[in-house]
Amino acid sequence: MRPAPSIVVFTTLSGAGYGLLFWLGLLRPLGLVPGDAPFAVAALLLALALVTAGLLSSLAHLGHPGRAWRALSQWRSSWLSREGVAAVATYVPAGLLLPALLLGWQGAAAALGLLAAAGAAATVYCTGMIYASLKPVREWRHPLVVPGYLLLAAFSGAALLAMLGAFRGDGAAPMALAILAGAAGFALKRAYWRGIDAAPPVATPESATGLGVIGTVRTLDPPHTETNYLLREMGFRIARRHAARLRRVALAAGFAAPIALLLLALPAGGAAAAALATLAAALALLGLLVERWLMFAEATHTVTLYYPPSAR
Amino acid sequence: MTSLPDPAPGAKKLGLVIDLDTCVGCHACAVNCKEWNTSGHLAPLPDFNPYAAGAEGVWFNRVHAYEAGEGEAGRTVHFPRSCLHCEQPACVTVCPTGASYKRAEDGIVLVNPETCIGCGLCAWACPYGARELDEDAGVMKKCTLCIDRIYNETIPEAQRQPACVLTCPARARHFGDLGDPESAVSRLVRERGGYDLMPEMGYRPVNKYLPPRRRAVAGAPPQEAAPRAEEIANPLLRWVDRVLSR
Ligand code: SF4
Ligand code: SF4
Repeated sequence: MRPAPSIVVFTTLSGAGYGLLFWLGLLRPLGLVPGDAPFAVAALLLALALVTAGLLSSLAHLGHPGRAWRALSQWRSSWLSREGVAAVATYVPAGLLLPALLLGWQGAAAALGLLAAAGAAATVYCTGMIYASLKPVREWRHPLVVPGYLLLAAFSGAALLAMLGAFRGDGAAPMALAILAGAAGFALKRAYWRGIDAAPPVATPESATGLGVIGTVRTLDPPHTETNYLLREMGFRIARRHAARLRRVALAAGFAAPIALLLLALPAGGAAAAALATLAAALALLGLLVERWLMFAEATHTVTLYYPPSAR
Repeated sequence: MTSLPDPAPGAKKLGLVIDLDTCVGCHACAVNCKEWNTSGHLAPLPDFNPYAAGAEGVWFNRVHAYEAGEGEAGRTVHFPRSCLHCEQPACVTVCPTGASYKRAEDGIVLVNPETCIGCGLCAWACPYGARELDEDAGVMKKCTLCIDRIYNETIPEAQRQPACVLTCPARARHFGDLGDPESAVSRLVRERGGYDLMPEMGYRPVNKYLPPRRRAVAGAPPQEAAPRAEEIANPLLRWVDRVLSR
């Protein structure tokens, strides 16, 4: 599947933004992050900026961005519509959280924060389900896809909160959470890649044409001499060599390095901790961009079974 | 509404039956499809870069060719591919806007170009590659089963068939109601062992494909009948025959 930059950027940025919103809403009432208004406002604004940038980037992917509001209508059947509804709904408590924080309404801020956290989790869950519900793409049907979206959003969100906390000299809780989520994400991605490498294809050229009763099916003449939308969109291929290398880059830059930096930042404190945590968050986001790119580039679609093996 | 209509028992299921035995791979169906639909209700079907290298465009029907099997048992098969108007079309249920829908009255799967946002999710959800994005208009397009022909009372009744079916010189394409077990297409499917593409996907296509007929098994090569002795009129030759037959 073609890794459209708008979608890769969207899911990575908004995932991190929702992760940040989630941890802010959850940890603040528990007293695990600085409780003052300026800290929470900064975290909230960063989260909303990331989420909004991501959503705007996803609009760039549409043929008719001006009609995007229509996508809120089919939540009964469509995970994309549910994602849209959840995203819009999350803006309500997240938006009201801002005045609640500024006016110092602690009870309301706690409640709104928890609601926003729930909305953030629901939105990321819907994002994962959009992919996991597509039968023709076996790499996306894998049971670790939805947990992966949730875990990586939690990881990048915690890394961002740790960065903000470190600047205030109080980032221990989100740092610890980011380390845990990062380690879990590392293990999950490795298990996922092992899983998709080992799994058999969902269909074959024989079942796609029904000609398996005669014997092995080979393509003879293509239906068109140039490329087309289907091949550009669904027939994207990267050499296995690059895939293996990029997986290592994602694991090292996206998970291992941020974990190591945060482990150093935990005892450090002060400006050193802030610098280390900032680097950790930046690397995590960069690694996740690579991971998300691979999520598309490595996914295969059954329509390519109709085309020569070089397109698959 | 992108939720699927409840299937009424005995409801019409309009669709195509494609005979892979007789298809000669001439692409006439694909060309006539393009011709009709680029002037029909989904018009235009754009071509991008049409007069230069890298020309490509939107087509609702594409004709592939395959080899199946080895050696003498091997076959060359021409294989037209278009929307199968599935009974469980995830292309419809994933659509966030309601632009994609399946008609309750005849099962045809359509896109409303007025409400489609061109997100492309339906094309991802179709295992068969039946949907193509009109990148000029920013909306998804697909086979309509020539809905603007089959119900069109301004054209003679005999022509109220999909353009691909009418034009096929090999009569390899048949159109009808696959929900009616007694229709001509349903009988054809029964008699010829018509099948679904990628049944493991669970989309339950309405369109069916008829397999290439089994090649007649070649018997022993024909023997030249030898003349019997009494049929040889010339006495000399009769004698030679007797001598040589000993
Ligand atoms: S063939 Fe594809 S586009 Fe047509 S109904 Fe089935 S899933 Fe939808
Ligand atoms: S491209 Fe159009 S028809 Fe397809 S899912 Fe998106 S809105 Fe629906």
